[in-house]
Amino acid sequence: MKPPAFEYVAAGSVEEAVSLLAQHDGEAKVIAGGQSLVPMLNFRLLAPAVLVDLNRIPGLDGVTEHDGGLRIGALTRHRTLETSDVIKARFPVLNAAMQFVAHLAIRNRGTIGGSLCHADPAAELPTMAVLLDAEIEAAGPDGERVIAARDFFESALATTLEEDEIVTGVRLPALPAQAGWAFEEFARRSGDFGIAGVGATIALQDDIVAEARVALLGVGQTPLRASAAEKALQGQRHDAELIAAAAEAAREAAEPEDDLHGSADYRRHLVGVLTRRALEAAWRRASGEAS
Amino acid sequence: MSDTLRIALTVNGVPCEKDVEPRMLLADFLRETLGLTGTHIGCEQGVCGACTVLLNGDSVRSCLTFAVQLDGAEIETVESLGSVEDLDPLQQAYREHGALQCGFCTPGMLITTIDLLQKYPLASDEEIREGLSGNLCRCTGYEHIVDAVRAVAKAQAERDKGSSP
Repeated sequence: MKPPAFEYVAAGSVEEAVSLLAQHDGEAKVIAGGQSLVPMLNFRLLAPAVLVDLNRIPGLDGVTEHDGGLRIGALTRHRTLETSDVIKARFPVLNAAMQFVAHLAIRNRGTIGGSLCHADPAAELPTMAVLLDAEIEAAGPDGERVIAARDFFESALATTLEEDEIVTGVRLPALPAQAGWAFEEFARRSGDFGIAGVGATIALQDDIVAEARVALLGVGQTPLRASAAEKALQGQRHDAELIAAAAEAAREAAEPEDDLHGSADYRRHLVGVLTRRALEAAWRRASGEAS
Repeated sequence: MSDTLRIALTVNGVPCEKDVEPRMLLADFLRETLGLTGTHIGCEQGVCGACTVLLNGDSVRSCLTFAVQLDGAEIETVESLGSVEDLDPLQQAYREHGALQCGFCTPGMLITTIDLLQKYPLASDEEIREGLSGNLCRCTGYEHIVDAVRAVAKAQAERDKGSSP
């Protein structure tokens, strides 16, 4: 189908974009890469009165150093994240996850800010934001605020962003030194949304887990952190039974639903298998073995 | 109908200035406004890849981009390649390998191949298949398309090797 009629404004600055959103009081939508928004417009699932285009705002993209970690501008394209050397070096798990994001033509256009705001629980970037304890910068009429990723995702396709706020950037705090990492995802076809996925990081101190993180994709209303699995790993040495117990804890943390692509049981099963694989791979990397 | 806005852009090297409704998709702009019907519209949701064109050199779905966003942009469509009498080497490879049957997906396949060749080494069939996986073909079973892309990637790699000091 064709999209419904709307007015179009290319915002020249963040302030202008925010003021347009406030002025139209919930009737305006932001467009960045448009790779999730435009299909919804074409299907007429949405009919905003006004589209506010962020693509012309200078300085809204790019990857920069921030407080020991990185800051990624909201308009940074997936293709940039896929190819950025600094991301490959500092957040290799994010680089690994980008390999699963859609297809080249979509990655050329899609943005990190757009993906986070679209908040699809089966998408890679929201899951990475939750895994990496990202801090999301939002600008509104009253100025800027920073929202922790875990407080940002409210439900499927819903965030805690206000209607007159836009995301301007994403901060990724540094991972512990030498942290091992892994991202595992299962989809039926290359580039599809995952049926289930797992991101993990493990930091060791004298072979003992100093910090472990496990994030789950596609098995809840939002990306989930498997806190019980993380707790089970904390302070432990490598052991196959321990990994199995953590994978079981992650399986229990999943809150999947049946849909066209897979049953809830199947998804839960996948979480167990993928968590085990991710933890083994992350542990190998953390202990300095070749990946 | 909402008010139109004026855009000035370059399509296949030709500058043009048009008034467009904001909701007009780039795919419809190319086909309806400019009469460039080489760009095909399949799914209108970014899945099938038939409408893929180059925007400032990068492949994009023209069904997921609004013409009104493209003031100042450079667009290249399948019409920027060779003519029937004088095929582009990429088109020639598709022809030689029988990489099309009905031809509906071919414009998107060709444009995608151009972007893949400039961004990835395409040294293995796995990489070629991964690269083409965003474009659907219902006739060929993909084998001959992979053959054509492999041949072009190989020729390009040999050229690059020959030209390096």
